Amino acid sequence: MISLKESKRSALVSLWFMFLTFPIMVIKVDAIEKTIIWRWENMFYVGFGSFILSIFGRIFFERQKNRREKQLSEKIQQHNLIQILLREPKYLYPLAAAFFLFALTFPHLFSTYQINVMTTALMYVVLGLGLNIVVGVAGLLDLGYVAFYAVGAYSYALLNFHFGMTFWMVLPLGALLAALFGVLLGFPVLRLRGDYLAIVTLAFGEIIRLVMENWNAFSQGPSGISNIPRPGLLGFDLTLNQAITYLYYLMIVMVLITIFVVNRLQNSRLGRAWIALREDEIACQAMGIDKTKTKLTAFALGATWAGLVGVIFAAKTTFINPASFTFLESAIILAIVVLGGMGSILGVILGAIILILLPEYLRALSDYRMLAFGAIMVSMMVFRPQGLISNVRRHYQYRPQKGEQE
Amino acid sequence: MSTPILQVKNLGMRFGGIKALDDLDLDVNSGEIVALIGPNGAGKTTFFNCVTGIYNPTQGDVVLTPPGTPAIRLNGLKPNQVAEKGMARTFQNIRLFQKMTVLENVMIGRHCRTNSFILGAILRNTATRQEEQETIHKSYKILQKMGLEKHANDLASNLSYGAQRRLEIGRALATEPFLLLLDEPAAGMNPQETQELIKLINLLQREGQSILLIEHDMKLVMELSHRIFVMDYGRRIAMGTPEEIRNNPVVIKAYLGESADA
Ligand SMILES: Nc1ncnc2c1ncn2[C@@H]1O[C@H](COP(=O)(O)OP(=O)(O)OP(=O)(O)O)[C@@H](O)[C@H]1O
Ligand SMILES: [Mg+2]
Repeated sequence: MISLKESKRSALVSLWFMFLTFPIMVIKVDAIEKTIIWRWENMFYVGFGSFILSIFGRIFFERQKNRREKQLSEKIQQHNLIQILLREPKYLYPLAAAFFLFALTFPHLFSTYQINVMTTALMYVVLGLGLNIVVGVAGLLDLGYVAFYAVGAYSYALLNFHFGMTFWMVLPLGALLAALFGVLLGFPVLRLRGDYLAIVTLAFGEIIRLVMENWNAFSQGPSGISNIPRPGLLGFDLTLNQAITYLYYLMIVMVLITIFVVNRLQNSRLGRAWIALREDEIACQAMGIDKTKTKLTAFALGATWAGLVGVIFAAKTTFINPASFTFLESAIILAIVVLGGMGSILGVILGAIILILLPEYLRALSDYRMLAFGAIMVSMMVFRPQGLISNVRRHYQYRPQKGEQE
Repeated sequence: MSTPILQVKNLGMRFGGIKALDDLDLDVNSGEIVALIGPNGAGKTTFFNCVTGIYNPTQGDVVLTPPGTPAIRLNGLKPNQVAEKGMARTFQNIRLFQKMTVLENVMIGRHCRTNSFILGAILRNTATRQEEQETIHKSYKILQKMGLEKHANDLASNLSYGAQRRLEIGRALATEPFLLLLDEPAAGMNPQETQELIKLINLLQREGQSILLIEHDMKLVMELSHRIFVMDYGRRIAMGTPEEIRNNPVVIKAYLGESADA
């Protein structure tokens, strides 16, 4: 991949660096002994390091150039293995059945701790799918998504605390409230795009958190709300283990519902309008799409899922405080969407599982967690900006209508 | 032939100090092909933007009269409302939805003629399914007319340049406009593609489609238009049949510059 000429260039680069850094890296004056210490080994490190980096840089640019050329010459849509698997019912159904069976038997095969971890991962799947509507499909970079999650969680905590409302009563209410907040955020940012939108939504997320932290009378401030009841099951008394298993199945159902709804939304008149809005706002409006309505529905329908999961989160942990709703949370959900593949449902599911489960099981490396996280994100951006699974547009079949020749 | 469907009076548009449009009058009659020509920077695209609601003109009136309905003043309406009223456009610098398929691009044009919303999308009830099927059907028919049906499921970005221009026309047609605005439809096309475009526009005209087009290709303009408006520095400098415009000294001067008569 790297020719002799390229390596020679890299060698030259490293020589040049060794020369440049010679005075500071190699020569050291010992003022007390009045001697000069020659640290030749440093020169070797600089030379070797810059050579390797330069080679990597060259490989990278070479690859990028190749990729660009390939894209230009290649007119057909690429189909990778996963997409072929997904399109063929022959593979898809057994695969889906196997997954479903695994998901059903999971609580019986693994410990309570594992079930808890998996429930969390499933919650992030729903969160990712929700944010995917806003960021992946409609192309609105929302960095304050956690705000809606907080709205859901606090809805349950507060409504239960003050009015004794149960989980099942608040679940739809929390979703509705979150959707309302989605519209509330949507209005002021209608005219904003890209970076500006990102900044305002980030601020929105922080505002919600800060309000919760400081408005003691309303939200009990940083100390949070505790003793939130777990979801009930037809009035049965559940033991802790049973409650955990119950929550797990609840999340499985939630995930299935989310996939179903989000998939239908994406392949509808509204979903197409979202994508058109992402692709070209001006053309989208000129073709008769109401920008305001389309953007607001994207914000509202994205926020709904965060509200739902928020209620479940409060019920799962039985205690919430503002520390659970920091910007980092938004960042992780966004990372799930980006890593998985913007606009791709399967990609987002995979992204959530990887980003939430891997750190749990790599606790040994917990000190380097953020480092690994950053490294993964950067390398994804460089090598696979479309995400793990890129979104493929649906193929519509044209059927000539009756009494009409083809 | 002589019922006016678009009447523009004293249209003016300022960008800070520049008067991009200055007291411009223009009208299009039903069934007519009208061309708007002028040197680069004359303000033709700005005119389209003002008429379709992308810019809000600083002065003047834009009045649209859809067949069989009272006249509507378009000033201040949003682009999507203008499209709904029945005036659709293409863009000089192609603005397709690159990551959508060719068919989906046209389906977007059907948006303002369909109604299914959130609940319809989730429940996929009979009405929604029928509407969706009709959208696909009508869009496919338009692709056939544009000669693009072979590419229906390709991404729009994978089309050739000429095909992308035709797709833009198809997408605009999907909104069922009674007045179609084309901004330099032949730009960047080779002679053969231009010839096909002329055929296409002729076909649309025979079907009763009124068209207002901006074009630099004089052969196309002379061959297709019933009337031509010429503008320069934001002002209308001439109007007439292709024959009249061809021999108009003011037009020749605007195109060739002052040195022409020296
Ligand atoms: N948004 C804008 N802000 C400031 N000036 C603008 C804007 N849009 C257009 N103009 C100016 O208005 C004038 C007319 O531009 P316009 O694009 O309408 O010309 P045109 O006739 O379409 O030219 P061409 O044949 O090159 O497409 C130009 O001087 C341009 O710089
Ligand atoms: Mg122009």
